[in-house]
Amino acid sequence: MLISDESFSRFIKPLVFAVSLLPVLALIMGLIHDNLGANPVESLIRNTGDWALRFLLITLAISPLRRRLAWVQALKLRRMFGLFSFFYASLHVLLYTVLDQALDWEEVVQDILERPFILMGFLAFLFMLPLAITSTRAMMRRLGAKWKKLHQLIYLIIILALLHFWWMKDAKADISEPLWYAALATLLLGERVFNVWQSRATRV
Amino acid sequence: MLIKRANDLRDHDVTDYALYQKRREFLKLLGGATLLSTSSPSRAGLFSNDNNDEITPFSDASSYNNFYEFGSSKSDPKRFAQSLKIKPWSVTVDGACAKAGTYNLEDLLGPQTIEERIYRLRCVEGWSMVIPWNGFPLANLLKRFEPSSKAKFVRFETLSDPAQMPQLKDELLPWPYVEGLRMDEAMHPLTLIATGMYGKHLPKQNGAPLRLVVPWKYGFKSIKSIVRISFVEQAPRTIWQKVAADEYGFYANVNPAVSHKRWSQKKERRLGEFFKRDTQAFNGYAEQVASLYKGMDLRVNF
Ligand code: HEM
Repeated sequence: MLISDESFSRFIKPLVFAVSLLPVLALIMGLIHDNLGANPVESLIRNTGDWALRFLLITLAISPLRRRLAWVQALKLRRMFGLFSFFYASLHVLLYTVLDQALDWEEVVQDILERPFILMGFLAFLFMLPLAITSTRAMMRRLGAKWKKLHQLIYLIIILALLHFWWMKDAKADISEPLWYAALATLLLGERVFNVWQSRATRV
Repeated sequence: MLIKRANDLRDHDVTDYALYQKRREFLKLLGGATLLSTSSPSRAGLFSNDNNDEITPFSDASSYNNFYEFGSSKSDPKRFAQSLKIKPWSVTVDGACAKAGTYNLEDLLGPQTIEERIYRLRCVEGWSMVIPWNGFPLANLLKRFEPSSKAKFVRFETLSDPAQMPQLKDELLPWPYVEGLRMDEAMHPLTLIATGMYGKHLPKQNGAPLRLVVPWKYGFKSIKSIVRISFVEQAPRTIWQKVAADEYGFYANVNPAVSHKRWSQKKERRLGEFFKRDTQAFNGYAEQVASLYKGMDLRVNF
């Protein structure tokens, strides 16, 4: 590697952290300067949803990058990306409950039960919670082998999040955006299937 | 064409006092609809959740549009509709009427007196605006074609020219855009043909040179850039019915009690406000139009 592990942790990690905060800063600036368009709330909810999904995909890209490009240090960023996905998802859900539903819990529950696309988003967020809670090193140690199993929930989460996005667009004709994300997710999940198949083949 | 007001007003001029008075007069005319416009358009009302109807800034009303022929994102129409050629423009009138034919825009508008109408616009997606339209009652136009007794519905069609409208090539929707009204809805005095808004010519992204405005129905009924008007016996199959009949009905009256498949219609976000407000039956025009639907089950005929 070109960069020592130590300087990677000292310089690259904080830099990536700062860059990952740019989307939320851009949204705050946009709000202050009133350039989020005519419907700023919609813009906020959509943007935070987009970034939750993007960070989820970045998180999923780490292992393939390590395996295919031998980029071992990428692994040091994985937790951070996962937590950023959770961070943006939390903002997304918070904005929805406060601004869209005005904290009317009855309405929220009804929305979840009546609308499959909201249900998918809700489930995705629900499954993100245990992953965020167990993301610390101490938890990792405590759970041992179970930790890895638990964190495979991310495969379920990405599928739920994509369904959430896709069904939100459903019948409004243009589904090209969710399709691009789905294609990328397929690639990243496909790499894993291929990897398992490959290691089995070599073992035989 | 007779226009009561000059056509070159800048948008904040719309709220000058004389106009404000005029608006109030019209509101009284409407039998006390709750329209109250105050102060200049701004985002001052971000947190207000009361029922006052401040006019949406022109910049918002002309940059946040659904006009799928030019793209499916709200900002697409303003960007891509500028290539639309609105001169010359003609409208074909056919079907059950005595005076079918193709009319130049000038001939259609010639005899009409342009008035200002401030209407709430409620989109099926859950947002709303308040827009000062310039136009005339659709009834005034339709009567000229002398519809026969066979004319039970009016069918409208938007221009569909792939050379001018980028999305037509992609078959994003089953073009052309088609909408329709029952004859009594079409003849209702609230139903407007708009040729302008905010005292200016209609921007292309808002449906120039002439569009329909039916304030008690979801916005998609108010078809833009009309090139064809047909008097028909059967309810025309609208473009959104072709896309998803279970989500978009023929009547599409604003109704907080009937939710859309993917969201509730109980509330709406007035552009410029953070929180949602309650949606009113028939978008607040129940007094004027509810009688049109007497005896109909509005859950079935949504
Ligand atoms: C309780 C959980 C959730 C709720 C209630 C929720 C709600 C919503 C709503 C109402 C929209 C539509 C906004 C609009 O139509 O303007 C939306 C869009 C979206 N949500 Fe969620 N969401 C949830 C969880 C999630 C999660 C966990 C993710 C990603 C990991 C996510 C990603 C997205 C994306 C990508 C969009 C589309 C944004 C766009 O149009 O560009 N959501 N969500």
